[in-house]
Amino acid sequence: MGVQENVPAATAVSERPSQKPIVNDFAIVVATANGTGSQTANLALLRAIFRMGVPVNGKNIFPSNIQGLPTWYHIRVSKEGYIARRETSELLVAFNEATVHQDIRSLPPGGVCLYNEDWRNVPARDDVTMYGIPVRPFVAESGLKGKLSDYIANMVYVGALAYLLDIPLGKIDEALEVHFKKRRNLVESNMAVVRAAYEWASENITKTDPYRVEPMNATSSKILITGNEAAALGAIFGGVSFAAWYPITPSTSLIDALNDYLPRLRRDPETGKATYAVVQAEDELAAIGMVLGAGWSGARAMTATSGPGISLMAEFAGLGYFAEVPAVIWDIQRVGPSTGLPTRTGQGDVIFTYYLGHGDTLNVILFPSSVAECFEFGTTALNLADELQTPVFVLSDLDLGMNNWMTEPFTYPEEPIKRGKVVTAEDIRDNGRYARYKDVDGDGIAYRTLPGNPHPLAAWFARGTGHNEHAVYSESPEDWENNMARLQRKFQTARHLVPGPVIEENDDADFGIIAFGTTQYAIEEARDRLAKTGVQTSFMRLRALPIDDEVRDFIARYERVYVVELNRDGQLHKILQTEVPDKATRLVSLAHLDGMPLTARWVVEAVEAAESQRKEQMSHE
Amino acid sequence: MSSGPRRGVENKLGLTLKDYKGQPSTLCKGCGHNSIANQIVQVAYELDIAQHQVLRLSGIGCSSKSPAYFLGGSFGFNSLHGRMPSLATGALMGNHSLHAIGVSGDGDTGSIGLGQFKHLIRRNVRMVYVVENNGVYGLTKGQFSATADEGQVLKYAGENKLPPVDVCMEAIVAGAGFVARSFSGDAKQVRELMKAALHFEGTAVLDIISPCVAFNNADTSTKSYGYGREHEAPLHDFGWVPVAEEIEIDDQEPGEMRVVELHDGSFIKLQKLEEDYDPSRKVEALRRLQTAHDRQEFITGLIYLDEARPTLADISNLADTPLAHLSAAQLRPSRQALAAVMDEF
Repeated sequence: MGVQENVPAATAVSERPSQKPIVNDFAIVVATANGTGSQTANLALLRAIFRMGVPVNGKNIFPSNIQGLPTWYHIRVSKEGYIARRETSELLVAFNEATVHQDIRSLPPGGVCLYNEDWRNVPARDDVTMYGIPVRPFVAESGLKGKLSDYIANMVYVGALAYLLDIPLGKIDEALEVHFKKRRNLVESNMAVVRAAYEWASENITKTDPYRVEPMNATSSKILITGNEAAALGAIFGGVSFAAWYPITPSTSLIDALNDYLPRLRRDPETGKATYAVVQAEDELAAIGMVLGAGWSGARAMTATSGPGISLMAEFAGLGYFAEVPAVIWDIQRVGPSTGLPTRTGQGDVIFTYYLGHGDTLNVILFPSSVAECFEFGTTALNLADELQTPVFVLSDLDLGMNNWMTEPFTYPEEPIKRGKVVTAEDIRDNGRYARYKDVDGDGIAYRTLPGNPHPLAAWFARGTGHNEHAVYSESPEDWENNMARLQRKFQTARHLVPGPVIEENDDADFGIIAFGTTQYAIEEARDRLAKTGVQTSFMRLRALPIDDEVRDFIARYERVYVVELNRDGQLHKILQTEVPDKATRLVSLAHLDGMPLTARWVVEAVEAAESQRKEQMSHE
Repeated sequence: MSSGPRRGVENKLGLTLKDYKGQPSTLCKGCGHNSIANQIVQVAYELDIAQHQVLRLSGIGCSSKSPAYFLGGSFGFNSLHGRMPSLATGALMGNHSLHAIGVSGDGDTGSIGLGQFKHLIRRNVRMVYVVENNGVYGLTKGQFSATADEGQVLKYAGENKLPPVDVCMEAIVAGAGFVARSFSGDAKQVRELMKAALHFEGTAVLDIISPCVAFNNADTSTKSYGYGREHEAPLHDFGWVPVAEEIEIDDQEPGEMRVVELHDGSFIKLQKLEEDYDPSRKVEALRRLQTAHDRQEFITGLIYLDEARPTLADISNLADTPLAHLSAAQLRPSRQALAAVMDEF
């Protein structure tokens, strides 16, 4: 049982000088120290390969630290277009002396190591191709000192890898140009080192390993973008007008992107004044308070945070649900409980956000799984918040939010800006009456007036206390129960308004798989691998909670449905069991969390283990 | 000048005093907060305020219930304990054409909400922030609040061994440009301060000692009616004069009257009483509050005034149309704008 990663057999390099090249199907891990500027070099490599038309994905596995702790950047090159993380990388750039021993140990037999030749005591492995390149001469050549010399070292490995993998220097130049936003002087100074290292490698290294990048035509129309940038752009094109936030990894770059793009995209054309506001709050308690205040007064308001911030937002989330105030909360999930693994990824906030708030609270959640959906849900989330008059949570994760992903350029949103049931003074005048919390349409969604509405009947008093249809304080048991029943009705309406699941049905499927968010990439790859072993599967990717009949029907169609997720307790599994109680025993949890993005290998092994366990049980019965 | 209650008489908007009332109060009879709510009703009526343009906001506690008891025609939000400031910040950024009266208490502001209070002030959000200060928790039946007197003894809570938080000092240190202290038993001063506060471009803080008749009204408490009536020492006779009215200072001796023009052209008049207090000096204001505390003096009036700081809406360079009222076309940038951004990736 178990599936091996696709790595060559263990053969010493010297014995296979004329082995078959391995083209566009391998993974690279770059080991550096945090805070040394290696992200520039790693993104240059990623972008250069991407610009050669070859599918890539990069994942930064970084520490919670400003400087000094080890960082690993994983680049997966896949002609098949697989972008999930792989557990093993065949190529290692060993440029962190502190971790060089463990890094080299982690290479598979037949792997390749590019290391800094200045170091003493670099461990050798005879089943690994070792290439050394000195860094000192390049630093000396540059005349730079201190921290800047780290930058030189980074460009040294870029140049050497370009030579080893056949990456044209022109592509590195293009990549750096994107990175430095066309500032040629910065591109040139980096390229000078890249070129020198490339030349040194071509003169001093005899390539004996099989790994190469060859140009393809699989990415020409695509761009590389992070989920957080995509979410910010999505929010802007979704009409966000107010954001309040408090810095927290891994959500900060979402707000950074808002601050980058809002000033140029959202100015009044006549006066040049801002048609938006972004406020950095004193904490998440205040951030969500501002968002609810702005949402109540009629702005399209959002915040972005992560687990600990969600904890602090709990009380206001309940108020938002109960007073029925629109708000959008992006939760870029990291690993908890507590501070947990603040720079690692997970899907551990599903149960918490779904029920966030004391008393009977139920929240709408969106699950983007790609940068394209981060963009799309920018509009969806703000529209749903306005239409449902409630906080809407968007659960992204660190892997999606902070890493660069390939995507087709975003197309202009088709979904119009929807403000939901907002009534004007004229509407009330025509109607002759108004009650803030009256369920006029029977869908649980009442009509709201915005503060400033001049009609004498328009004003209402938002409150977290019990209230009647007129928003007047009430402790009457009937008022309480009626209001809560209406909120429940509204949640039923939400089932039909949220984005439905994406289903890949296979008529010969042995079982179904349910997942959400970024685990889809490992699952897609795992399904292909399982199919090769004769195991057919159907896949449903949830895009939102609460679920609709489509989800129930999918579960009903299969004897077994595996719910795959990146947390310990199988949180979505638990929610689905309560949502579909009559089919609860069909749902099998495959949950796993170690801080790293899910791999196809884990999914295959987990599914196979569950399947064989089942067969064993059946044979005993 | 205003001429006191004019029952049944319509103001410039054609509204009577009654039109500015809210729901009947559910607070204790004689609670200082009821008196403050009544003064807000009176002031709004006298100033011809359009109620839909003023938000009434609060946190949690006895004080925070009171916005339900005034300006029934205003939109309101009774938010969370200590978190009215953040909600107010968002609401007034969402629609910066609106004004707001926030009502908080000494627990809501001095304890759970002290951080939000100071950050609201730091951002200089334009609103009137009233602290109905009685030194005690009422709804939970008699615990000391952070503004209670050191050494005070209460039936429920025993002896308070901690020094009080001074709301005015905290406000000044945080950067407030309008800081006043008053006494709910001094209706006229409360009204005049409220009028001036409503014309201040920024966060105006009114720390109003407002006795709790149920739990903290013994004459020995500095938050009691008895103490207030006996010891209130106004720093000046405070008056506010609207834009349209001629200000009459001819009959004053030089140095007897300070007149300050506010941004909107209305005036504050400070008639000198026993001491010549200048509220424009921050360090002097803090010193005066400290000596008042040391000598157990109950000073009231305008303690600090500085109109120099821009508001949060100003520094955010907000367009005239409130964010809440932007059209779909204003909210979503063009197709070309998206294409241009995509080209950069």
